[in-house]
Amino acid sequence: MIKWIVLFAEVAAIGFILWWFFGQHTTETAQAAVTNQSQSVDIEINGGYSPETVVLKQGIPATLHFTRKDASSCLDHVVFSDFGINQEVPQNQTETIQIDTSKPGEYQWACGMDMFHGKVVIK
Amino acid sequence: MTITKRFWIALIFSLPMLVGMLLMPFGIMLPGGDWTQLLLTTIVMVVSARPFIISAWASFKKHHANMDTLVAIGTATAYFYSLYALLTGQPVFFESAAFVTTFVLLGQVFEERMRQNASSAVEKLVNLQAKEAEVFRDGHFTAIPVSEVALGDLIRVKPGQKIPVDGVITKGTSSVDESMVTGESMPVAKQSGDAVIGATLNNTGTFVFKADKIGQQTLLAQIVALVKKAQNSHAPIQKLTDRVSSIFVPAVLILAIVTFLVWYVFIGASLANALIFAVSVVVIACPCALGLAIPTALMVGTGRGAKLGILIKNGEVLEAVNDVKTVVFDKTGTITVGKPQVTDVVGDERRVLQIAASLEEASEHPLATAILARAQQAQVTPRPVTAFQAVQGKGVTGQLNGQTAIVGNDKLLTDFKLTAEQTAAMERLQNEAKTVVFVGLAQQIIGLIAIQDAPKATSKEALTRLKRRGLKTVMLTGDNQRVAEAVAQQVGIDQVIAGVLPGDKAAAVAQLQQDGQVAFVGDGINDAPALTTADVGIAMGSGTDIAIDSGGIVLVKNDLRDVDTALALSRKTFSRIKLNLFWAFIYNLLGIPIAAGVFFALGLTLSPELAGLAMAFSSLSVVTSSVLLNRAKLDTAGQTA
Repeated sequence: MIKWIVLFAEVAAIGFILWWFFGQHTTETAQAAVTNQSQSVDIEINGGYSPETVVLKQGIPATLHFTRKDASSCLDHVVFSDFGINQEVPQNQTETIQIDTSKPGEYQWACGMDMFHGKVVIK
Repeated sequence: MTITKRFWIALIFSLPMLVGMLLMPFGIMLPGGDWTQLLLTTIVMVVSARPFIISAWASFKKHHANMDTLVAIGTATAYFYSLYALLTGQPVFFESAAFVTTFVLLGQVFEERMRQNASSAVEKLVNLQAKEAEVFRDGHFTAIPVSEVALGDLIRVKPGQKIPVDGVITKGTSSVDESMVTGESMPVAKQSGDAVIGATLNNTGTFVFKADKIGQQTLLAQIVALVKKAQNSHAPIQKLTDRVSSIFVPAVLILAIVTFLVWYVFIGASLANALIFAVSVVVIACPCALGLAIPTALMVGTGRGAKLGILIKNGEVLEAVNDVKTVVFDKTGTITVGKPQVTDVVGDERRVLQIAASLEEASEHPLATAILARAQQAQVTPRPVTAFQAVQGKGVTGQLNGQTAIVGNDKLLTDFKLTAEQTAAMERLQNEAKTVVFVGLAQQIIGLIAIQDAPKATSKEALTRLKRRGLKTVMLTGDNQRVAEAVAQQVGIDQVIAGVLPGDKAAAVAQLQQDGQVAFVGDGINDAPALTTADVGIAMGSGTDIAIDSGGIVLVKNDLRDVDTALALSRKTFSRIKLNLFWAFIYNLLGIPIAAGVFFALGLTLSPELAGLAMAFSSLSVVTSSVLLNRAKLDTAGQTA
């Protein structure tokens, strides 16, 4: 009897994992606050990035402020491969990254090990 | 708290349990038994393992999972099951949770150091920059920070000092060690009018130079920017790991549940044993090894290239180099020195030279420069020319003393006839790899001028190396077939495509691409279209005029042998990437079934602590393998292609 309960519980757990990690879930998106010919977004690093998608206006100098709350060494760098940026973000510190907004498009960023991703949309 | 501190705490509180485990066969027990284990492990969990759990939870809430998820679930399962077992009087395995935490942290401590090591190349480049410059201001030289140097400033450099920015010498001579930027090991002699590169070291003399590139425009700054970009670029092969890593952790969790189910429900193992297998699966799986395999190798490979004066732009280029079958060279300035000189004059030398020099005076063509230099040497002064006109693709014509004069290449021969003597002379000169220019006056060819652009001293060796690598070599040139073939013979080129107009070089490269991937080697300024058309564009630089935008690989030094070194380095780096990936995959593919107890019948199992140790060293070994790329011997002679 107990084995049947365990079996059902485990199958349910597998189903939950599939739904939780692979199901469609909305990601947090933030529009940059534009002030006086500059725009900036604050991004918190904690088990991933919030927001995960940042929308910037083309042609206005932009800065992203990354603050790492997470202790994991998985998240200790922010890498923009398109811009050649590889910035270390020490825990509980804020690092500012300048983004070149001259060309519209989608630019991915990732953690140092390419496990977590976020993207900047310039339009 | 830093990872190092967390590691030490985990180690200190795990050690008594390790000692206890080792002494158990001798009947010596840890005082306090299971309760001591509970106390020690609780400290390890609260202090050292808690950040894993916090991080895992934070990413779980965002529908993400990472390595911390696995470590957190593995250690927490071991810990809480043991707590339950302790209260119900069953055997416990607290030490697994503590040991796994210790090993994982140990791996991370090393890994962090190795990763810093892997990315240090750029920092080293940036640190080359001089801090101060002696600038001429208000009538005398004063030392100011480099950031305050302005364009056009006159800067004095004494022996032993670093040259602060790029510029041109206005006074004085010296020899300069440029190895840190160009990779050129011999000091370079410099005099007034020569370009100097910022961050290089002045050896012997004192000189003054005028700054013409500062800040982000300097060669060093451009190299740093390029290397940074290359180090963080993606290789196409990475798509594979991206796909795997996005499903890796959830897949491992499912595998662990299945493992537990099979052991507990179907085989009928005890709850504790089934859990141990499941925990081992979670702990041994290592997504980090996969994630680190490519970026770290790319970082070290491109960083090492920069030190050798070989700038590889990105991972894509690195991967493309692997399939290159044919290397195409531009002739002038790439295989040859690029400074043509007049070697022979057939006919009345003074008269021939005078006509040629008069017509060519306004031209900037390299052949014209050679003719004018020879005329000056022979003290022949050019005469004024009227009705000057360029004849498309053939040469130039004009009125000289009331007669029509013409200078041009062999395409003129459709309009003119040569004497038998002249034809013989032409053929002889062309077979000697000399370009022949025809000089005509009043509808008659009166003389020939032979011009030669000698191959660089290193060209032959460079081509021999490429051939040993099994590559086909091709030379593209606008020169005529006979001259081109003579040069090809001197340096050892397989195929010659002569008579190609500058605009058609890209088309010729495209033609060659039908037989396989092509690398094109050119000077970056005139050959930009061909460089982009080729699968791999290799731009040769010389001094400060590096066309950094063209070409996937930029050679800072103007040495053809670097083509071979660049190919060797690219291949080495790419094969290291493949080795890392193979190792990371095979590790997980073998490790997970072993941990799951698939080979239990053969007596092959892994406890969670050993699984943790294996996982810590799998990612460490990948990073170490990348860092070792710095020391790997480059197979530049191409013995094994």
